[in-house]
Parts: sequence; C-alpha cells; structure tokens
Amino acid sequence: MSNTKYTYAVARIRALEVSLFSDAVIEQLLACKTAEQALQLVTEKGWGDPSSDRDMDAVLKREEEKTWEVIRDVAPDMSVFDVLSYPKLYHNLKAAIKEVCTETRNPGIFYDDCQIPGREMLQIVENREFSKLPRGMSRVAEEAFDTLLHTRDGQLCDIMIDKAALDAICEAGRRSGEPIIQDYADTTVAIADIKIAVRSQKTGKSVDFMRSAMAECAGLNIEQLIRAALAGADEIAQYLEGTSYAGGADALRESPSAFERWCDNRMIETLKPQKYETFSVGPLLGYLIARENEIKTVRIILTGKQNGFPDEAIRERIREMYV
Amino acid sequence: MNIAGELGIVYALLGAAVAVLFAGCGSAIGVGIAGQAAAGVVTEDPSKFAKVLIIQLLPGTQGLYGLLVGFITLSKIGILGGGIADLSVSTGLLILAACLPIGIVGLLSGIAQGKTAASAIGIVAKKPDQFGKAMLFPAMVETYAILALLISFLAVNGIQV
Repeated sequence: MSNTKYTYAVARIRALEVSLFSDAVIEQLLACKTAEQALQLVTEKGWGDPSSDRDMDAVLKREEEKTWEVIRDVAPDMSVFDVLSYPKLYHNLKAAIKEVCTETRNPGIFYDDCQIPGREMLQIVENREFSKLPRGMSRVAEEAFDTLLHTRDGQLCDIMIDKAALDAICEAGRRSGEPIIQDYADTTVAIADIKIAVRSQKTGKSVDFMRSAMAECAGLNIEQLIRAALAGADEIAQYLEGTSYAGGADALRESPSAFERWCDNRMIETLKPQKYETFSVGPLLGYLIARENEIKTVRIILTGKQNGFPDEAIRERIREMYV
Repeated sequence: MNIAGELGIVYALLGAAVAVLFAGCGSAIGVGIAGQAAAGVVTEDPSKFAKVLIIQLLPGTQGLYGLLVGFITLSKIGILGGGIADLSVSTGLLILAACLPIGIVGLLSGIAQGKTAASAIGIVAKKPDQFGKAMLFPAMVETYAILALLISFLAVNGIQV
C-alpha cells in the first residue's frame, strides 16, 4: 500500500490545479493596457492577501509563500523536495561568504524560506562553523570561503558553490528514489550546463573554467558540450540537436530570451504527464513548478508593462502554462 | 459427532469466514484509498462532497457480496436458522472452495477499485461536470466482483448438504 501515501496530497493538488492560470488568462493579462490593470486582474483572481498591499512584489511574494504552504501541508515527506530548495540554500551560502569576506551587510539578499535562512547562514560563516551545514555542503563552504579570502576572486567562489549546488541537486534526485524527481534534477542540471556553455562561449572562457563550472548529468556529455562551446555558438546548437535537448538548438539560434523561455517550457513539458498521475509525488512537483512558472510569467508581464515594453517583446518571454 | 463430521462443518465455516473476511478487507482498503482522495478534494472544495462520497462508496460493494455469500453459507449449513447440518469433510471442502471466488476476487478487486475511484475523484476535482464518466471507470472493476459473486452464489447453492 506504500504507493498510496500521496493519494490525499494528489487529490488536493487536483482541486488546486483548477485555479492555475490557463493560456486564456495569460492572454487577458497581455491585453491589459497598464500594469495596474494587469495587477488588478490577478488580485481579482485571488492573488495576494486581501488585507495587505496591492504592490506587485508583495502580491507575487505572497503567491510563492502560498505555494510552499500548500506543499508543506500536504506532502508526507519534504525531503523529496530538496532538489527545489538547494538552489536557495546554496545562494544563501554564497551571499553569506561574500558578506563576511567583504565585511558588508545587505539584508535583502537572502532567502528565508529554506532549510538555513539568511541570518543563521551568516552566523555559521562568520563563526566558521561549517560542520553545522548539511552533509556535502560543509567542505565546499570552507573551500569557497578560503578561496575568496585569499584570492578575492568572487567569480571563482561563485562557480565553486554553483557547481556544488548542481551536484547536490543531482544527488538529491538520485536519493529521492522518485523517477520524476530524478528526471527533474537531471533536466535542471543539464539546462544549467547548457547555459554555462552558452555564456562561456560568448565571454570566451577557457576549458578549465567550463570544466570546473559544469556538473555531470544523465542527458549530456560535458566534454562534448565543452568542445562545442570552444568551437562556437553554432556548434553548441549542433551538439544539442543530437541530444534530448534538441529544441534548445532552435531557441539558441533565435535569441537569448527565446532560449530562457525554452528552458522553462522544457521543464513544464517534462512535468505535464504528471497531470494524469494519482499515486506519486509527481503531481506535487508539477504543481510547484507550474506555480513558479506562472508567477514568473505574471512578473514578466507586469514588469514589461510597467517599463513600457512593446507587446511583442513581452509575448516572446511568455512561458507555456501547465494546465 | 465423529471427528470427520466436525471437520466438515469447520471447513464450511472457514468458507463463510473467507468470503466475509477477504472481501471485507478488500472493500475496507478500497474505500480507505478513495476516502483519502475524497478528503483531499473536500479540503479545497467542500461543495464536491456529495459527488466524491458516491465515488468513494463504490469499492464498498465487495464487502456486501462477501457478507451475502457468508449468510447463504451459514444458513445452508444450519448455523443460522437452527440445526447444524452433519457435513462430511468433502462437503465442507466443497463449500470452502465455493466461497473462494468472492473472497479472493473481492479482496483484489476492492483494492483495484479503490485506486480507480481515487483517480476518478481527481476527474471530479478538475471537471465536476464529467461526474457520470468518472463513475464509470471504477464501476468497470465491479463487473469482476459480480462475476465472482455469481459463481460463489451458484456453487454454494448447488452443493447438496
């Protein structure tokens, strides 16, 4: 009966999926003339808190919190969602190391909705109590801290921690024992590797740099990707055509924002079959990613309209919806 | 009463127990699984209570079929209605065998129907207007429980005591 432990959670998620934005709602948002009108529309759909500010950031932040509240409420085991919280956790580590090394304080740069919130992370790094960090994180934290202290090379520190985060995501995917979580972890790492290759190609980074930044994953061969990145942008696209990330090749040729959009759409495509699952963690992950995707899309529309971007530029960045 | 005669009634009673126990367990597990899904939907949308309750109850029928076969067996062997019959071992075993279909099929189909009902509750959660179609999927599983009931019923009735 072990496979029925998600029955309650999945049924609740099914009921909540009804309120996810469809493509039609996104079209309605795009048709709004001003950002205020668009914000009004999303608040009418129940976004934000009725008692709090009608400010865009407050509304979007509240929606992110609501999503995690639901998941925490229904999930029988939160450890399978480590793959989603690791980026925030490693971001906090990176920010804390930089703050301690540069002796500056910027309280707004931390995430507080993860395993180790900003203030706690700052204390750990300040007191060099790296053993308090989760397994696998303490070694890289110490190394990155010493590297930044001695070399003052912020980028080197960044890539060390970012690579450790990607490795941790991959490991968490394997550890979860859930095929969909593993698939998600692999896709996340592969997309990160492709982004590293694209950016490294544009900025002319070396083989060693790419090797130290990219993490191993199931869908890509890192060495071939590095060789392609050294040869040029077309070669990256050509290499991708031979992998399961072939769609990314066309997006890369189109524009950087088209590629970013393709990355998010690829994730949604991976998760869409979860709409028909009843007894696994998949629908929970699907809902989480769908909500993140939805919030990101609404943010793009609102900021685009606030800054007077033409509709076409906003439309190019609109993500595919889960429902 | 000789030992062989006692064993006959024990086997027959075991048959009634198998029918009621296994089919009842299947229904309990099935209704439990569907109930979890129903609770999940009602948490978010209490207006769907009636619809999901009907679907949740579908896997409950196997338990009733088991009970029916159990009753027939008990009255056949005289435990209900007075006068326990003097059964031979072979007759007792025949009654046990006759009770097996609803026991085993009731257990397995109850669990399978519970899972199907949980998925059907997902349909109601997203598309309440498709309630009729959602009902049909778990109802399909019922066919095999009814077939097993039929065979157990005919077999128990057909055995001469």
